[in-house]
Amino acid sequence: MGMDKCKVAFPRFGNYHIPLEFLFTKGLGVEYITPPPSTRRTLELGAKYSPDYVCSPFKFNLGNYIEAIEAGANTLVQTGGTCRLGYYGELQEQILKDLGYNVHFINMSRANYNNPLTFYDEFKKINPNLSLKKVTSSLITMLKMVECIDEIDDFVRQNVGFEVHEGEIEKLHEEYLNSLRTVETKKDVEKITKNYKKKLKDVKVKKPKNLMKVGIVGEYYTIMEPFSNHFIEKELAKKGIVIYRWMNVTNSILHNNGKEQKKTIKPYVKYYMGATSMATIYKTLEWAKEGFDGIVHVKSFGCTPEIDAMPVLQRISNDYKIPILYFSFDSQTSETGIQTRLEAFYDMIMMRKEKR
Amino acid sequence: MKIGIPRSFLYYKYHYLWESFFEELGIDYVVSPFTNREIYKQGTIRAIDEACLSSKIYLGHIDYLLGKCDYILVPRVFGYEEGTICTKFQAIYDVVNNTFRDQNIKILYYNINPRETANEFRSFLKMGKFLGKKKAAITRAYIIAKQTQKVQQIMALKRQEELLSKEGLKILLVGHQYNVYDRYIGGPILQTLKELGATPIIADICDKKEALEESKKISETLPWAFNKELVGAIQIYREKVDGIILMSSFPCGPDSLVNEMILRRVKGIPILNLILDGQEGSAGLETRLESFIDIIKIRKEDGNGQM
Ligand code: SF4
Ligand code: SF4
Repeated sequence: MGMDKCKVAFPRFGNYHIPLEFLFTKGLGVEYITPPPSTRRTLELGAKYSPDYVCSPFKFNLGNYIEAIEAGANTLVQTGGTCRLGYYGELQEQILKDLGYNVHFINMSRANYNNPLTFYDEFKKINPNLSLKKVTSSLITMLKMVECIDEIDDFVRQNVGFEVHEGEIEKLHEEYLNSLRTVETKKDVEKITKNYKKKLKDVKVKKPKNLMKVGIVGEYYTIMEPFSNHFIEKELAKKGIVIYRWMNVTNSILHNNGKEQKKTIKPYVKYYMGATSMATIYKTLEWAKEGFDGIVHVKSFGCTPEIDAMPVLQRISNDYKIPILYFSFDSQTSETGIQTRLEAFYDMIMMRKEKR
Repeated sequence: MKIGIPRSFLYYKYHYLWESFFEELGIDYVVSPFTNREIYKQGTIRAIDEACLSSKIYLGHIDYLLGKCDYILVPRVFGYEEGTICTKFQAIYDVVNNTFRDQNIKILYYNINPRETANEFRSFLKMGKFLGKKKAAITRAYIIAKQTQKVQQIMALKRQEELLSKEGLKILLVGHQYNVYDRYIGGPILQTLKELGATPIIADICDKKEALEESKKISETLPWAFNKELVGAIQIYREKVDGIILMSSFPCGPDSLVNEMILRRVKGIPILNLILDGQEGSAGLETRLESFIDIIKIRKEDGNGQM
């Protein structure tokens, strides 16, 4: 395959397709195909060809791959990682092959996480003329982009429920993300972000005195990909709740505070419990101590590490008298079921607030 | 002092090691009985709804042991040199501790983590010291226990070789030890196979080193040590058996992916994929096994035609 024709795609995941697009086009010098946003069809496609009871990120990824292929991609990338993610790639590659798709599949599970150079080797398969210098500099810009996206995201989450003129924040947010697609340097990223931060701060918001605070915790993919969690943050925000979320790429990967997490949750947890379980417990405990009104826990069905975090969350909920709402999503989850449970949760935390 | 040992999960991998270790140190222990309806029921009450059947049963055994001993043995494994482990085993100590906190559970534990040089011997040393024993005595007990375990493994392999040389239908049973040998999960399957005149061959009884190597022929990037061993065993035994049964507990994380891979890559031999959730009636299971065995018989008569 000639490099000029190499069209790379990576599964959809929050807004991180923007920094990824930057890295692939500017750093690796290949065309990047952003898979279309996940929809019902994405999930149905993915679920149709996935093993029945595999965790849903696998199904979404597979759906994204197929839709990316439909959009012209011919080279697919899978990260690998802890837990089941480490085995996603090889099986997804096999499934796509069995479906008759003739694509190039780059599986980072084959790289060695203890040796970053093996990643470089994997990338070299995409573009043999790779320049290490170019990759490094665009990597730096990309990481800045991730940080900025996460920072703006936090602001949106905490204010979108209180704007005086509905839709303003979301519109600016979209504009911001779009303009990031034109940047060349780290400076550009910083400039655009500063600009939009100001614009966002200028949006008129009206927050009531007795603010309700809800923290959202849970499994990596489901918490960060809004479609997979049925836009739960938006639903909560619409009810006039300030949403807090710690989990994002910046906090979990770029500036991980694993040691502090472990120390904080020591009264409950002795050992690392797998994947995102530690962060889930850590933030739940911190927010419980800070007197939040409630916690929402989200995960995909059957997610072992998050299931194992639940007995701990139940203890914290008991000890600190903080309500926790548990959601487990799969391809069958019904919209009305979610709405009903959210309503009930809202009514409960509202009542508790009034009593206090 | 009395130690309670849950007959579940890693028990099936380590019970010779544990039992002879405690015996050599003169420490009393009690093992919970084979899984029965009551243990299963208590487990489902204690566990999170969505947890895998095997872990529900484990919690049922813990529940059974409460009040019958001073400490309950709950080892924690981060992973092995040979590969990673389902996160359940990384989390299980804290799951048990939090689930049974109101019952004031007291846990005897040890930790295996190849990254932190928490190897088995050192961990047993620590555990022995906690139990008030001297280093020399613990070391001696550990060596003897290890030897016992090894001898038992060799004998199991011998017995399996004998079974393999027998005439008649042979079915390879691929599943985690704690599922295959659990009376509630694997018990009915082993029983039915025998009634149908088939000899079950246990995938987990194999030369582990060879299996780890062989597994690569089926799948290269398998992370989990236990699954690597099972997949390797398929490669080792596939020519010597007439069919393969994959058995998993619902909704097992690693197996959800690995079984799919096996179904896609192991061709030319009938495979039955059984996912057990503890709810299925025995009648349904028997019917499925029966028709699977029938298919194999017909296939055999037809002279090994491809499926
Ligand atoms: S953390 Fe949960 S969702 Fe992610 S791979 Fe593991 S089981 Fe699947
Ligand atoms: S490997 Fe499967 S059956 Fe075993 S503990 Fe993990 S999820 Fe449960």
